Amino acid sequence: MKKDLLGIADLTREDIYLILDTAEAMREIGLRPIKKVPTLRGKTVVNLFYEPSTRTRTSFEIAEKRLSADTLNIAVAASSVLKGETLVDTALNIEAMAPDVIVLRHASSGACHLLSRICRSRVINAGDGMHEHPTQALLDAFTIREHKKRIEHLKVAIVGDLLHSRVLRSNVLLLTGLGADVWVSGPATLMPAGIERFGVRTSTSVDEAVADADVIMMLRIQQERMHGVFFPSLREYFNTFGMTAARIARAKPDVIIMHPGPMNRGVEIASDVADGPFSVILEQVANGVAVRMAVLYLLAGGAEGD
Amino acid sequence: MVRDLEMTFHMPKCLLKGGRVVDPANGRDGTFDVLIDGGRIAKVGRDLPVDAGVAVVDIPSGLVICPGLIDMHVHLREPGQEHKETVATGTAAAVAGGFTAVACMPNTNPVNDNAGVTEYILNKAAEANLARVYPIGAVSKGQAGEQLAEIAELGQAGCVAISDDGRPVATAMLMRRALEYAGMFNLPVIEHCEDQTLKNDGVAHEGFHASALGLRGIPGEAESIMALRDIALAELTRGAVHIAHMSARQTLDAVRWGKSRGARVTCEVTPHHFVLTDERLGTPIAFDTNVKMNPPLREEADRDAMLAGIADGSVDVIATDHAPHHYDEKRVEFDHAPFGITGLETAVSLCFDRLVHSGIVSLARLVELLSVNPARVLRVAGGSLAEGAPADISMLAPDLSVTVSVARMRSKSKNTPFDGWTLRGGVAATMVGGRIVYVNEAVDLRM
Repeated sequence: MKKDLLGIADLTREDIYLILDTAEAMREIGLRPIKKVPTLRGKTVVNLFYEPSTRTRTSFEIAEKRLSADTLNIAVAASSVLKGETLVDTALNIEAMAPDVIVLRHASSGACHLLSRICRSRVINAGDGMHEHPTQALLDAFTIREHKKRIEHLKVAIVGDLLHSRVLRSNVLLLTGLGADVWVSGPATLMPAGIERFGVRTSTSVDEAVADADVIMMLRIQQERMHGVFFPSLREYFNTFGMTAARIARAKPDVIIMHPGPMNRGVEIASDVADGPFSVILEQVANGVAVRMAVLYLLAGGAEGD
Repeated sequence: MVRDLEMTFHMPKCLLKGGRVVDPANGRDGTFDVLIDGGRIAKVGRDLPVDAGVAVVDIPSGLVICPGLIDMHVHLREPGQEHKETVATGTAAAVAGGFTAVACMPNTNPVNDNAGVTEYILNKAAEANLARVYPIGAVSKGQAGEQLAEIAELGQAGCVAISDDGRPVATAMLMRRALEYAGMFNLPVIEHCEDQTLKNDGVAHEGFHASALGLRGIPGEAESIMALRDIALAELTRGAVHIAHMSARQTLDAVRWGKSRGARVTCEVTPHHFVLTDERLGTPIAFDTNVKMNPPLREEADRDAMLAGIADGSVDVIATDHAPHHYDEKRVEFDHAPFGITGLETAVSLCFDRLVHSGIVSLARLVELLSVNPARVLRVAGGSLAEGAPADISMLAPDLSVTVSVARMRSKSKNTPFDGWTLRGGVAATMVGGRIVYVNEAVDLRM
């Protein structure tokens, strides 16, 4: 593996399987009465979050603590970015205190690449703008593999705001890379230009996309980004693109329903679907810790001189 | 040797002997001697006699002598943003890049929307005493897109065109009035074509590469829609519109359509838009802010269209859109970096390497694109080695191997994606008004 985890685009197929296999072992640690191993003892991990995040930040922090790393959380409010120092200066200052890993969440695509070029510390992308969210895609793949025992040749339908979603990009790279048959669906106004070049099938009909699907992955509608020009109303969105029990009936009988969170109930997903028997949404959250432990271990776990 | 050469050029009369003179305005392309007297071209001919008191410069075979190159689209940043560039450093970069004249855009601080700012820029140019500087005035006061600037006075003070560059002329009505009004003074309107609602908060060309990197896209139509508006208004008003930094194939089609109808429309393309594509967003350096410019690098079909337009004559001018930015300003997130790259010191090498040596255009056609046509569009002197013309001469070395190095650049800013590129073709020396203002030490110019 490379020094940093900037995106799925940087990983080989072998890297991905290594992470998923390592995560299996890590999950076992979370089932013990004493959920802690000394693997990262003496290592310092800085969680640098420029965007609000509950799930991802908590997940990373628990993963770091279970590996005995010293963890520091820095939450930078968006308002202070404008008047404050640049990302580069902040990173160089943190770097001067010699952390081993910086976990970065940032609203701008490519922010992790910028950090990667100036930092000796290992950089893990915890979501950069509309670009990538690699640990999310890895935990999604882990969850799929757990249920379906494979990823190759599964039909995966990804539905929602495709344009603004970093989860989409990472998942498309990962799932197509592992041989899944990926369909993406959403309103034409939220379809990224040239998306078919990723090797996915596109449809603005959710019914078509989910037909006989093994996996349905919902993407969050970021209401703050919609400005009323991508679709007329949340009500119309739900009626046209929302995941309902009736739509799920078109998928395979053992379909699993995924969502990276946070969910907008009644917008992209009906509550009875989110809470229903096909939903694996909370398993995704649980698996996130194991996958992040695996990533941290593989990047920072080696003893000096290994 | 360089000092000797400079001394030579300080003599009142000098004879450039035996270079390949490429002067399409006068139908010359061959070995000629050029006699310079009192800062002007005195005579061009074969085997001119060497009179007493004439310094002779033997031009090594392979060097080209052509009318001075004119970059009609640069940002010199003065007044107001002297940390990026000044008139002095910008004109030093210009002459090192083979340009004897530049036309500078008005988006300074304060905006060049009145004769006082124009005079300030011209005074700084006179102090620097390197390349000629032709200021471009604003279309609207403060470039705010509301009221016309004092265009007649701008013209009298020395502005050669008007533009709200950096943004489009805000409304169709303002554009109509600008074309009508500036037309009285023979000032073309140079237009930064961009429908700002369609551009929105885009930072890169809308397509696969921007999508893959999660960057907000700007479609080519953001440019062509505005070009179509402006061409229609040029027809309505019989005014002259010049489309700046054309990047999209749809815009080229619009320009061809306008020309076919007899509209007074001309256009320019930058070297980066005929060399690079949006693939550079991801490789070799992902999210490199030195490939962030407006208009953005577009896809292969657009780049190929620009080359075709250059080859078939639809494109009138090559201009650099030299846009210096301080390194701090570019060392930020891609979304937050300012648009633009420098261009003055790489243009000639890129043109030789990608246009001439690859067989897209002849050397004579290149001289039209870089000298004859910008002079014609701006209605300024230059573009010709006719007897009596100012001795603004670019001496080019078509086969010189040039490795681009930001460390050696004269521009105050180093924001170029071409650092480290090795290209075939460069600049040997630059002469303005009979005075040598730049000599490339890598070229052997013998007395």
